[in-house]
This record gives sequence, C-alpha cells and structure tokens, in this order.
Amino acid sequence: MSASLEKGINALKKEVDSTVGAFFSSCVSCGMCADACLFYTESPCPSRTPINKAEPLRRIWKQEYTLIGRIGKMLGLTKPINHDFLEQWETLVYDSCSLCGRCSMVCPVGIDIAAMIRKTREGMAASGHAPEGLVGATKRAVTIGSPMGVKLPALMAQIKHVEKDTGLKIPMDQEGAEYMLLLSSMEIMNFPEFIEAIAKIFNKAGVSWTISSEAFEATNSGIQIGVSDIAAELVQRIVDAAEKLKVKTVISPECGHAYMAIRWDGPNLVGKAFNFKVRHILEILDDFRKDGRLKITGKETQKLTYHDPCQISRRGGVIDQPRNLINLFAEDFVEMPEAGKMNWCCGAGGGVSSNERADELRLKVFQRKKDQLDAIKPDAIISACSNCRIHLEDGLEEYNMEIPLMSLTETLAEHLEE
Amino acid sequence: MSEIEFLNWVRGPAFEIATVIFIAGVIIRILEIFLLGRKTNLAEPKGSEMSSGLHTIVSRSVPDKHTLKRSTFKIVSGYIFHLGLLITIFFFAPHILLFKEVIGISWPSLPTPIVDAFAVVSIITLIAVLIHRLRDNVLKFLSSTEDYLVWLLTILPLITGYMAFHRIGMTAPTLLAIHILSVQLLLVAFPFTKLMHAFTLLIARWYNGAISGFRGVQS
Repeated sequence: MSASLEKGINALKKEVDSTVGAFFSSCVSCGMCADACLFYTESPCPSRTPINKAEPLRRIWKQEYTLIGRIGKMLGLTKPINHDFLEQWETLVYDSCSLCGRCSMVCPVGIDIAAMIRKTREGMAASGHAPEGLVGATKRAVTIGSPMGVKLPALMAQIKHVEKDTGLKIPMDQEGAEYMLLLSSMEIMNFPEFIEAIAKIFNKAGVSWTISSEAFEATNSGIQIGVSDIAAELVQRIVDAAEKLKVKTVISPECGHAYMAIRWDGPNLVGKAFNFKVRHILEILDDFRKDGRLKITGKETQKLTYHDPCQISRRGGVIDQPRNLINLFAEDFVEMPEAGKMNWCCGAGGGVSSNERADELRLKVFQRKKDQLDAIKPDAIISACSNCRIHLEDGLEEYNMEIPLMSLTETLAEHLEE
Repeated sequence: MSEIEFLNWVRGPAFEIATVIFIAGVIIRILEIFLLGRKTNLAEPKGSEMSSGLHTIVSRSVPDKHTLKRSTFKIVSGYIFHLGLLITIFFFAPHILLFKEVIGISWPSLPTPIVDAFAVVSIITLIAVLIHRLRDNVLKFLSSTEDYLVWLLTILPLITGYMAFHRIGMTAPTLLAIHILSVQLLLVAFPFTKLMHAFTLLIARWYNGAISGFRGVQS
C-alpha cells in the first residue's frame, strides 16, 4: 500500500456520488449528530461531532463537484486539502468513530453520516493517514489471510479439539454442502466454542454444511481501514471458495463488520451479484426455529439482555431474529433503553479495537454502555459479535462490573434438546 | 430615484432577476447532485428502497423520544421557526395575492393577527437560535460565516415584513421596497448556500431511507 496525497485525493473523488452531493448539500450544521454519538457525549470535544469527521470528503465534493466551489477554488478561496489537514483528521476518522451509524438515524435532514465517514476513510488510507494497528491488520489479512495472523493449521488444531469434544465431524471442503460457514479469527482463537455450537446445532437440524480451507476468514480489514481494493480481494476469496464448493448459502458468523462486508458491501466490491445467498448466523438459526429444526429445552432463569451489534442490527437489518431466538430459552429477558436499531455502540467497532492508539478512548466512551446496563442491571449480556464481546468484557472490567457475556449461538447449543 | 420609482424597480426588474437566479440556481444545484450518479446496489435486497425512502422523507420530521430529550432546544426551536416561516410566507393574504399574480393559483389565507403572531414568535426564536449557536460548543465549532449569513438572510424578511406591515420608522412604499429587497437577497443566495437544504433534504432523506431500507431497517 504505497500512499500519497494524490492517491488520497483521487480515492476521495472516486467516492463522490449523488448521495454525497445530496447529503452535504443538506447539512445545516445543527449539531444533532453530536448528541447521537457516544464518542462525543462521553468525551465532549466539538471536533468529534460526526459530520465534522467527514470534512475531507466534503471539501473534495465542494471544490470539485459544485459550481460555487469550483469558482471559489479558481479564486483561491477554498480551504486546502493537504497532508497537514488529513493528519489532523486521522484520529477523528479512525479513533473516534466506530461507524456505528447512530448519527445517520438522527440527522434531521437525513444524512447517512456514517456512510460519509466510511467513504472518507478511503481517502485517509490512500494518503497514508490510517492508524498503524489497522494497517498491520490489513497487511496480515492480505498476506496471511487473517487480520490476527491465524493460519489454517491453527483452525485445524481447534477443529480437532472440537471433533474430539463433540464426537462430531467438522466437514471441511465438502462440495455441494448447503451452507458454507465463515469464522472470525477471534472466534477461532478465543471462542472455539462457537464452532462446537454450530456443529451441534447443524447436526441436530440435519443440514449439510462445510468450512472452506481456502476461505474461512469472515472479517475484512479492507472495509475497516477503507481500502476498497483490498476489501474486494478478501471478498473475492470467499466468492471463489463458495463457487468452488457450489454451496447455496454462505454464513457470516458472530461478527458485525464481517456481515456488512460480505452481505451488503461484498457484491458491490467485487462488481457482480453473488450466485449464492449470504446470511448471518442468527438469520439461519431463526429459519431453523421457524422450520421446527431447532428444538430447545430448559430455561435460563437469570435476567438477560441483548447487546445489538451495530453492523448486525442498525446497519445490517438483523434485529428481530436474535430476540426470537433468545425467547426460546430466556425466562427473564429485558431490553436496554434504546435497544434495537437505536442501540448504543460498545465503542470498539469499525476498526477501533484494532487501533491501540484508541484504547483509552474506547474504554472512556464505554460509559455510555455502562449507563444503559445500569438502567436494567442484567445478570448476563448476550451478544452476537465477538468483537463486541471482547470489548464489553474489557469495559466491564474497567468499570468494575461483574456481568458475564454470552454468545447467542453458543447458548442455543447448550439448550439443544438431546 | 423617488421612493415610488424605487419600489417599482424592486417590484419589477429586481424581482424578475432574483426569481430567475433562484429558479435557475435551484435547478443547477439539483442537477449537480443527480448528475453525479449512483451505482446500482448489487447485493440481494432485504427491503424496498423506494418505500423506505419515501417513509424516511416523512418520518425524519419526527424524532424518537430519546433524541428529543437529548436535543430538545435544537428540535423545538427548529420546529417553531420553520412553522413560522411556512405560515408567514404562504398564509399571509398579501403574499397569496402575489403568488396568484405570478403562478396563477391561490389558496385561503390565515387571519392577519395569527400570521403576525407567528412572525413575532419566529423572530424571537431565530434570535434564540443565534444565541444558542454562539454559546454552544459544538455549534460554535461547526459554524462558518455561511451559517451566520443564512441566519441573517432568513430573519431579515421577517423583520422587514413586520416593519412594513406595522409601518415602523419609514414611509410605506420604502418599507415595502426594503422588505421585497430582503426577500430577493434570500432568493438570490438560496441556491448557493445551505438554504438549499429546503429542497435537498428530500433527496437526502430518501437516500437515507433507501440505503437503510435496502438492508431491511427503517431509518
């Protein structure tokens, strides 16, 4: 990734379309997006106002794509776009935005601000203003195949354990399987129970599934750092594997941005519609429930709540499914205030957790999640994103709160009817 | 130039010039947006772009209760002065006569005292909005000269209109000429400033709803 200012400006220009024009034409600087952003409310620095984070993209649009901006540029009245300016924006664009999209739900003129910040990242990365942590993760994703450097032997070792524990065969590279499961590196390394849960549930449901040895990584650092070429390359690996194995559906695991990457951005990144379906694991499990393939027994008596991962709920559209599934085993399920599409981000999405520089800030803004939890005082939190899960654990520890985290898929597997 | 000549000039050539700039400018700005184009989304949709987009155009006018609580002043003041502008511009009897003359259609007016009250409330609210903008950290940070300029261009017609109606300070023809001139300033600046949001927010809200609705979420 050789970077230059020119590349950054070209990358920003490539991002300008009619949505950008409509959005920036409509902003009246009302500041309501600041009130909707946990990076502002919990750490009130005016520059963290969401719409301000997209300023590099706004300047390009104004100077290059509006009549008045072009006249201004000719007269030398426009603000410059140079390395100094972009450098100032780096921490705003990467450290203090998780692309959670809450601002986009609140903006009175309807600007999809998160989408504008996502586009801004393309210019930031191309001009060499992306954080080191994300650059490293992206390099590993391209060269090794995983942002955490997880290689096939590591996955195979975990699978061997799972097979031993469950007595079930994990079907690798099985051509013609109905489902192809993707995994996040985090699941492979920290939560192999997820693979175990899938094996049990899919075995009970009597469906064929497989994992590709060539494309098992679900996460996509390319969309987090904002390099579409790399994002496309990572998506293409999955497309190739799914086509080779002739699967009907690719399953995105308990990871937020992975779902965004493969389900919504994927076909647009590689430039063609997929000839297979993409579903989130919660959508698949909810379909099993509807078809009577998911038989659950026993109840959790403790007070449970669900943390909506932003890219799965608000930005992904998977909101009802987790609740349908939780109701199968929860006796006492309580929603946090503003749960669902208006839920507050944990503070670590959008690459923030891969960026060590942002560690202090992400723990500080966790105060917002703490307030939400304090309002209902749950005994345990269920989530469906390993990144949220790790950060929630971090945050709870930081604030001396003892609330265990549960994976939805794993909890379902524990309650499977024998 | 006598004051009657001045009024006639304002009502005649100046009015035509301002109207042409306004209409041409708005058309240029809207074309500027749509000509940028937008790629077709290749992902498998989960909902309709069209219906979600249309839904958001309307629903975005109604904040959820938590947002209302967090941004109370911005929302309430915004509502009041926008409503005041709508009523004073479109429901004041002399304005409706003007619309009839120019575009050929008319509609019932509201009683003058009501319009007058709305004008006063709008003026007061806009002053409060300015004070808020000058005092609030985020707004102070976000605001450029343009933000203050459009504030001025918005409040001027209200003030000059109020003065013309109540004949404050000057003779009637001069007051009227000044009022019309202030509206013309607004019209000329409109397409090239944030005032354009009055039109483009419909497009922006539609896109917002469409992007979200495509993924199965009503934004």
